[in-house]
Amino acid sequence: MRGASHPTRRVACAIVVVLAATATACGGGGGDSGGGDGLLSSSWGDPQNPLEPANTNEVQGGKVLDMVFRGLKRYDPETGEARDMVAEKIETTDSQNFTITLKPGWTFSNGEKVTAKSFVDAWNYAAHVDNKQNNAPFFSDIVGYDDVHPESGAAKAKTMRGLVVKDERTFTVALKDKFSTWPDTLGYNAFMPLPQAFFTDHAAWLNKPVGNGPYTVDAYTKGSEMRLRRWDGYKGPDKARNAGVDLRVYTDNNTAYQDLISGNLDLVDDIPAQQLKNVESDLGDRYINQPALLIQTLVFPFYRSEWSRPGMEKVRIGISKAINREQITKQIYQNTRTPAKDWTSPALGDKGGYADTCGDACTYDAAEAKRLINEGGGLPGGRMTLTSNVDTGSHRQWMDAVCNSINNVLGRGPVCTVNPVGTFADFRNQVTGFRMAGPFRSGWQADYPLIQNFLEPLYYTGASANHGKFTNQRFDALVDRANAESDQAAAIKHFQDAEKILAAQMPAIPLWYQSGSAGYTERLSDVKLNQFSVPVYDQIKVG
Amino acid sequence: MGRYVIRRLLQMIPVFIGTTLLIFLMVYALGDPVAALFGDKAPDPATVARIREDLHLDEPLWKQYLLYMGAIFQGDFGTAFNGQRVTELMASAFPVTLRLTIVAIAIEIVVGITLGVISGLKRGRPLDTGLLILTLVVISVPTFVSGYLLQFLLGVKWGWISPSVSSEARFDELILPGVVLALVSLAYVTRLSRTSIAENTRADYVRTAIAKGLPRRRVITRHLLRNSLIPVVTFIGADVGALMGGAIVTERIFNIHGVGYQLYQGILRNNSPTVVGFVTILVIVFLVANLLVDLLYAVLDPRIRYA
Repeated sequence: MRGASHPTRRVACAIVVVLAATATACGGGGGDSGGGDGLLSSSWGDPQNPLEPANTNEVQGGKVLDMVFRGLKRYDPETGEARDMVAEKIETTDSQNFTITLKPGWTFSNGEKVTAKSFVDAWNYAAHVDNKQNNAPFFSDIVGYDDVHPESGAAKAKTMRGLVVKDERTFTVALKDKFSTWPDTLGYNAFMPLPQAFFTDHAAWLNKPVGNGPYTVDAYTKGSEMRLRRWDGYKGPDKARNAGVDLRVYTDNNTAYQDLISGNLDLVDDIPAQQLKNVESDLGDRYINQPALLIQTLVFPFYRSEWSRPGMEKVRIGISKAINREQITKQIYQNTRTPAKDWTSPALGDKGGYADTCGDACTYDAAEAKRLINEGGGLPGGRMTLTSNVDTGSHRQWMDAVCNSINNVLGRGPVCTVNPVGTFADFRNQVTGFRMAGPFRSGWQADYPLIQNFLEPLYYTGASANHGKFTNQRFDALVDRANAESDQAAAIKHFQDAEKILAAQMPAIPLWYQSGSAGYTERLSDVKLNQFSVPVYDQIKVG
Repeated sequence: MGRYVIRRLLQMIPVFIGTTLLIFLMVYALGDPVAALFGDKAPDPATVARIREDLHLDEPLWKQYLLYMGAIFQGDFGTAFNGQRVTELMASAFPVTLRLTIVAIAIEIVVGITLGVISGLKRGRPLDTGLLILTLVVISVPTFVSGYLLQFLLGVKWGWISPSVSSEARFDELILPGVVLALVSLAYVTRLSRTSIAENTRADYVRTAIAKGLPRRRVITRHLLRNSLIPVVTFIGADVGALMGGAIVTERIFNIHGVGYQLYQGILRNNSPTVVGFVTILVIVFLVANLLVDLLYAVLDPRIRYA
């Protein structure tokens, strides 16, 4: 016997101790997947940044803000129209100076009143350079922005001169330039009001955000789950029709889908590509596939003379015509993308400015494409590369397909090649550093459903997302005119005229519009996606 | 023994510095993390400058590394971009992965060694050949295939378990992910112990033990197994670190929010504090596991002594 049995016993003891230690760490908190209690569970992704209105620029964080906050305006989930929410009226005589009056009776869920100060303080916080808010540039139209957010160095002021509180329910905004559709931008998350609690105890607020929307945050375990419950004190017109939503973080949308079809999860708002073939048979009419405010384009680097010299537009249009969009969207994306016909999105609707502005230049025509490319002097150096990150979105597959399409049209062997970049971060680095040698992918999700948001930030000279450095005086002039126009329809007309310049110059090839996709269990009804392809949670009925 | 342990601990220091430096350089080479924070929009220069200053990204690389290591020794692993302390992320992720690893290792030990012993004792018989073929199949199937397959069959088709693991990640939920994670190593454990057992069945001490008239069970567990376990223990010890770090695929499939999940997120978002912090801890786990393995030798085989 002696010590012979010791090693095994010692190992066993160690395991038991570790088991006990970790078991206590995980105790408590029983998991419920919702029952007859009016709760629903939904898939979620970990937000990239802390959940502050002006620091959230991606869908997952935006989803929560849309449940917890209501701003001056809100976009109608069906039409995308900006409707007054907290705002009673937004008045202007010159499209540059605005007087905003709030409706009475709005409060935050902690009891604080929503006042003009709630907005002005929040906006000043968002714009101030010291607070490092990603969405700060949204406030750059306001007079005094440059003082709180200089290009470099320390801020010269704490607040923006253009924002003035008149009384509890009124404040005025002075813009640097005329911007007629500016009030319509106010439904965006960055413009949400903030309670005083945000400023007095910031860390606590981040752990449990307090807003003025139909839901309150009941519990938030960062990186894994957020439980939102209906706020019964909510006085707004869009009270939640369910008792609450449990948002669960999934790293893999495929796992979320498996959970959905085995009844473990109620709602998934991103159907994985590999399941698109079975989704109709799995879910039937509980599968939603609907256009969203999202477009993918191939941008040309105008900072390279070989791509921007005069006459090159023929080659750029020729490349566009050499891409067989119908075939690629069908075979790679199972029709969850639609071939693009302009530089906006069908989710805008005809009234919002969506139209077939690209026309011929976006139609596949092999013979014509070859003729145009040759007439324009051929590809620079006889070849081209397509660049995109390949960590998400099946980008590698479509780039290969686009290159094949171009190579087949030209019939000169593999002149088009793919340059895959490993991570989104590295790709963005190269794009914003203007280091692209050939066309590169650009995905654009609009912040608000306005045609302006699809054109100005992307193609106006020096604009924030004009990564190809495209510049055209007539285009800029038309955008300026549209922004100064107080009549909506006339403004949209000018934007569409500007878009025709894009069709003639082809600074970016529209590829396809991305749809939002979702699926849900039989327990739910009235599930809809808004233009941002986010479920309209407050309207969902359970049971 | 004491001197041996001290020498080993001292040896860990250069290994630790070397690995962290390498990881630091690799994450840095992946590109500028700040650019990705802004999605498809151009980053606002003033905001970017502030963020870079806060994260010391504007300093030369060697200085960044020194600052980082200095902070680590004070227990400060920095902040992930979503505003959470990396230590907070570790506190939530490591217990989960530890539980998963324990399940996997337990399965490896119990099933792997049992199969290995059976196989080794029946060397050359159909049972042995059958088990060898089985391990070959298991080794050649990638984790994501076995993971998705078992998840689909047990979770979706037959509905025995839930396809994903809840945020509490209790032990009973981790059995299937543990099996998936253990599968490949399990096959190696089986093969290693089989070979070792098969070799030792003809050893003199086994013959002596049988000649003494000891019961067969005692011969196998006390004499044969104990001496045959040395290579297996080496493997399992090294496997602890490998399993913890290599759980990325398994954790993703079953939506377990452990170390693999945090590493995946960190790499995807180029979040250097998360990646370097987690890998640093994994390096320590790996080094300590290896030290323990070496020390265990002496326990298993008293002839091995450490000066």
